Amino acid sequence: MSLKTAHEIAEAGIITEAGNAEEYKTGDWRTFVPQFVEENCIHCMFCWIWCPDSAIEIDTSGEKPLVTGIVLDHCKGCGICAHECPPAKKGKSALVMVREEK
Amino acid sequence: MKQELVALTGNDAVAYAFKQAKPHVASAFPITPQTEMMHKFAEFIANGEVDTEMILVESEHSAMSAAVGSCAAGARTITATSSAGFALMWEVLYIAASLRLPISMAVVNRALSGNINIHNDHSDAMGGRDAGWIQLYSENAQEAYDYGLMAFRIGEHPDVRLPVMVNYDGFIISHTADALYMLPDAAAYDFIGPYKPAYSLLDVENPITIGPLDLTDYYFEHKVSEMEAHNKAFEIVRAIHEEFGHLTGRTYDFFEAYRLDDAEIVLVILGSTAGTAKDVIDEYRERGVKVGMLKVRLFRPFPAAEIASALSGMKVVGVMDKSVSFGGWGGPVFTEIRSALYQSLNGMPPVHNWIYGLGGRDTDMNQIAEVIEALREIAQGKPMDPVNLLGVRL
Repeated sequence: MSLKTAHEIAEAGIITEAGNAEEYKTGDWRTFVPQFVEENCIHCMFCWIWCPDSAIEIDTSGEKPLVTGIVLDHCKGCGICAHECPPAKKGKSALVMVREEK
Repeated sequence: MKQELVALTGNDAVAYAFKQAKPHVASAFPITPQTEMMHKFAEFIANGEVDTEMILVESEHSAMSAAVGSCAAGARTITATSSAGFALMWEVLYIAASLRLPISMAVVNRALSGNINIHNDHSDAMGGRDAGWIQLYSENAQEAYDYGLMAFRIGEHPDVRLPVMVNYDGFIISHTADALYMLPDAAAYDFIGPYKPAYSLLDVENPITIGPLDLTDYYFEHKVSEMEAHNKAFEIVRAIHEEFGHLTGRTYDFFEAYRLDDAEIVLVILGSTAGTAKDVIDEYRERGVKVGMLKVRLFRPFPAAEIASALSGMKVVGVMDKSVSFGGWGGPVFTEIRSALYQSLNGMPPVHNWIYGLGGRDTDMNQIAEVIEALREIAQGKPMDPVNLLGVRL
């Protein structure tokens, strides 16, 4: 995304389009990254609800939504998804935080 | 335009001007010597003379925050403050300007604590000179009233969209009855017109986000557009001055040039002290001493080129500052004037500074004469420190 000049941007930094936070990539803030362990996932959508960004990728084409992975462009590595994952409480987490090697 | 000659205090005069602008919202917290302005305005609301929503808040930080919210919602918004109240608004002053919200605020200039002092100097407003607001300074109730009207036109102009401070000296102007001409309500509102906001948070058809996180990638660019709005404000202020002059017969410019045409010795003054200085200058003129004055009205944006052009070729300039910049080299008006003159290499006069009147110390005609005498000696080659104090026991 090329940056605009002072004369190409809206006065006062007002954002006039709704829902454009998706264009703001925060994936490079991360130290830890969640790894999706599909066989442990019960598709309860807790991670999707709790994620402060929009980093949980889901498939809504079927009858029930399915978690399919992590959107690394938006995941800041906060670990809330792994903390809230219900299977994790039984020792079989579907989201495991690991230190990301860059 | 037929106008009524009335006797009003500065506070009442500004309350009338604000009433004539029909603001949608007023938010304020009381502080001496501003309080009577909002008292008067609240009286207009109570009497049904103006249909303004008055928000009583718990502090000046909240007063300015409420004004920001109100103006962002698309409402013509007023507030007022002094001294410590101004200081408490400080954080939000920047936000109002950055969001380009044309709030009109009466600043009834008063010294800052400590020690606590309720009287006039310009320390409060000078502490907010870099906040992005347009700053107008008044010599008397007439100018405070006139700028109380013009503030809306200047700030709300589509090429400007900046908040405006109408400054007038605490007690000296705010609490002293003064004769002034007032426009009829209808004529005043015809001049100001309705507020057409650039955006509104209440416009649900066009939802917007204001004040989002703005980091290394765009913050600087947004500051540039704020700086450019100040640059554009010069021509807008000039045009509104002209229009107001046609309407009222009272001519305004960025500064008043008092007996400046053939002057050799010039005083630069803001606010009510300019009135005292005019009498002293008249006395000197009768004795054949070529003294004049440049009374700054528009301090932000600072009309550097126009002031430099008016002062170049003078023999000597004495800048009077009613505030102190601790640890700085002279007061804020002095540094600004000297910096402006540095550009005009053909005839840069020596510029000296007098810090005066802090905490409301009375500045009488003798003190002004003292400055003029010193400037006469400097003009004849006597060396003197550039920065001096006036009217204080040393």
